[in-house]
Amino acid sequence: MDAQVNLPTTEKVKLSVRNLNFYYGAFHALKNINMELPEKKVTAFIGPSGCGKSTLLRTFNRMFELYPEQRAEGQILLDGQDILTSKEDVSLIRARVGMVFQKPTPFPMSIYDNIAFGVRLFENLSRVEMDERVEWALKKAALWTEVKDKLDQSGSGLSGGQQQRLCIARGIAIKPEVLLLDEPCSALDPISTGKIEELIDELKSDYTVLIVTHNMQQAARSSDYTAYMYLGDLIEFGPTSDIFMKPKKKETEDYITGRFG
Amino acid sequence: MSTVMSTSSSSALHASRVAMHRRRKWINHFALLMSMAAMAFGLIWLIWILFETIRLGLGGLSLMTFTEMTPPPQEEVGGLANAIMGSLLMVSLATLLGTPIGVMAGVYLAEYGRSSWLGNTTRFINDILLSAPSIVIGLFIYSVWVSRFKSFSGLAGVLALTLIVIPVVIRTTENMLSLIPNAMREAAYALGTPKWKVILSITLKSARAGVITGVLLAIARISGETAPLLFTALSNQFWTTNLNEPMASLPVTIFKFAMSPYENWQKLAWAGVFLITIGVLALNVIARTFLRNKH
Repeated sequence: MDAQVNLPTTEKVKLSVRNLNFYYGAFHALKNINMELPEKKVTAFIGPSGCGKSTLLRTFNRMFELYPEQRAEGQILLDGQDILTSKEDVSLIRARVGMVFQKPTPFPMSIYDNIAFGVRLFENLSRVEMDERVEWALKKAALWTEVKDKLDQSGSGLSGGQQQRLCIARGIAIKPEVLLLDEPCSALDPISTGKIEELIDELKSDYTVLIVTHNMQQAARSSDYTAYMYLGDLIEFGPTSDIFMKPKKKETEDYITGRFG
Repeated sequence: MSTVMSTSSSSALHASRVAMHRRRKWINHFALLMSMAAMAFGLIWLIWILFETIRLGLGGLSLMTFTEMTPPPQEEVGGLANAIMGSLLMVSLATLLGTPIGVMAGVYLAEYGRSSWLGNTTRFINDILLSAPSIVIGLFIYSVWVSRFKSFSGLAGVLALTLIVIPVVIRTTENMLSLIPNAMREAAYALGTPKWKVILSITLKSARAGVITGVLLAIARISGETAPLLFTALSNQFWTTNLNEPMASLPVTIFKFAMSPYENWQKLAWAGVFLITIGVLALNVIARTFLRNKH
């Protein structure tokens, strides 16, 4: 099953996926995925549980490599460079492709150090420059006003929504080009979710954002492009308004109207 | 017809509920009583031991206990200074040697060899070592060290105690690291963190309280070990910090003095028992506070 893969020519391609197959041991989880993802736009991945959307997201920063029984075949081109076969150290790829996970994962250190940790891996900044970077990232993640007086306190003392924004700040502090969000709001209340959606909208002016979500309204609200996946296949991919208003495939329509899934 | 049925069955249902509930309540009371009796049975011995230790131990305790050497039989003046020093020296050296080895092996098992052949084999052997009787470890050091160098020594005692520390620390380090959710590791890798840094700055740091607790419990365990020291450090009635000489320790001194017919020795044995008990108790309390303060 091949979805429409061509982007409108006005978009610049940031990531392109070519003949991507993914296996958990013998289980074939992604089946020949082909797609091009636009730069500085938000692309949402929707589909029922187990359809492979998180799996696909985890190939973009080679996170799957932590688990020896998982493997990917095919090509993922980041600005034309194949990241799956790249000789470059995977850490350097992950510095360009950041990720935020479903559950907030503050590190066991202060709020300040949570942000500075990743920056220190790649840059030698002076104290003043680091202070500026931490403030910049926290402002970008709409968390600065809430934590600016307690930067030396533990990150795990924050509320769930604040922790998740801390993780987003940590992710953007190292200035990646692509940001992967794996169901970033599923553990959050509606108010925190609203804040993170506003944040996503702002982030796309600087970053290519890919978001996996179970929340159809979230996909419709915050994304420019939407991909619908089912059982490891990419069923349909296109501008969000098209996918939600006039889907080309019957399966997509059934899913987004709630008749299925 | 159906309304009549439902009325009669609802009153029957109520009667059945009441009967079943009464039965359940009775069983509950019985089970609670039994478990409280079991708890009391266990607690009585513990309190009795503590009471006897304090009663007899405080009687034998004086400033002299800390300043004087272990005396010959039936002498008025005498203390445990050399045994206290020997115990402190051997226990701290064994901890200093065993902790880094144990933590590093624990890190290997949890972060590298989770399901590898080497990891599984190491884990299996470590479990055997963990439950090996300490007298076996004492005899092992005796045969490979003491009998070869033809001398009991403090160093041999340190080695035997180290062999007891290592498996305890390996086990707790591995268990504590395994409790750290993979999401935490993935979040660190997602920033481009190299593996060694993920382990040092994230996982080991998260598991810090648990690992320290494991070390403290290992110290508590070796502080009271007698068997492995009997064959290795033996004992010494004089003050020594020379690891090549036989060295006194509290447990061996207690063993020797408590079994003697001399009253001054028996008194000192109780003072030693008191010191060890208080020390181990303090370590346990510290270990518990560490675990509680875990973020």
